[in-house]
Amino acid sequence: MADYAHPEALVSTEWVAQHTKDPNVRVVEVDVDTSEYSKGHVPGAIGWNWTTQLSDTVRRDILSKHQFEKLMSEAGISNSTTVILYGDNNNWFAAWALWQMKMYGHKDVRLMNGGRKKWLAEARDVSTDMPSIATASYTASGPDNGLRAFLDQVQAAVDGGHTGLVDVRSPAEFTGEILAPPGLPETCQRGGHIPGARSIPWGKACNEDGTFKSYEELKALYGGEGIDGSKPVIAYCRIGERSSHTWFVLSELLGFNHVRNYDGSWTEWGNLVGAPVERGAAQSAKA
Amino acid sequence: MKVEEHQERKLEIEGWPVHLTSYRIGEVFHCTADNVSPGAALARTSGATREEAENKAIERATERLGRTKRHAV
Repeated sequence: MADYAHPEALVSTEWVAQHTKDPNVRVVEVDVDTSEYSKGHVPGAIGWNWTTQLSDTVRRDILSKHQFEKLMSEAGISNSTTVILYGDNNNWFAAWALWQMKMYGHKDVRLMNGGRKKWLAEARDVSTDMPSIATASYTASGPDNGLRAFLDQVQAAVDGGHTGLVDVRSPAEFTGEILAPPGLPETCQRGGHIPGARSIPWGKACNEDGTFKSYEELKALYGGEGIDGSKPVIAYCRIGERSSHTWFVLSELLGFNHVRNYDGSWTEWGNLVGAPVERGAAQSAKA
Repeated sequence: MKVEEHQERKLEIEGWPVHLTSYRIGEVFHCTADNVSPGAALARTSGATREEAENKAIERATERLGRTKRHAV
């Protein structure tokens, strides 16, 4: 992990195993499937439900500052707590939580490299106990909207051509062959991708065991598609969680500046009346 | 408790590659069926044996993947 731009953004499963009782560390599991935590989790870890605790439940949005402060407080997280996030699907929603914590200015938040998958594969201890947590005082800053792309910014990126657009969905979603990941409900009216976007599926950033590829491998992967940090980047997927994962790779592991996560993603763009859509495979990045 | 008897394998269901992971915690076997691409979970099941948990996951994944529409591009 030493070669990454911000190696401190990741911890190993072994590091977590050694810090499960550290009072300055709070381990949090965030899963796509919110029932996973109850089957067995890292001892001492708490669980967050992304549908009810990491999203506004009335309008489509991330947490408000007040909601975020309340979540941190109830999780026993103070401004100086080291927060370790991990989850299923190679940390999809753990990355979503991390992105929001960065937006609200939390100083020390990291991902457990390999996520829940690696912890289970290594036959480590798990617990079904719910830890009792004393509330903490928390004051958020921001939000830093420089980490987030809104629709008008994506439209400007399409028109201007000075921003790299990265579509992190599967190739079949990118081309328009399918409208959602296989087996999941279709949540858009049109298939395809945002004009000019490069197709770099999130999973290409991971090894088979769920850990991130090396700095050099990641640099080659994104650089091969013209995403090399020389211009701003916007990552998107379907609802913004897979693109949080890529946002983490680009900003924390590769150290690119000006990386935004478009959490409106394809469920916004693919339902928008009059939005330009490209279908089929992307042209070569060098074309 | 520890995670025990962890196994992973790949198979094809309804023409889609699927990743099947199963393991035991205590007396219960758990199984997850994921799309290989993009990695989304299709089914998460439990059972008294690995076979029971896996069969439930395969059945659910088959049902869900069978509903996936492919559109002409």
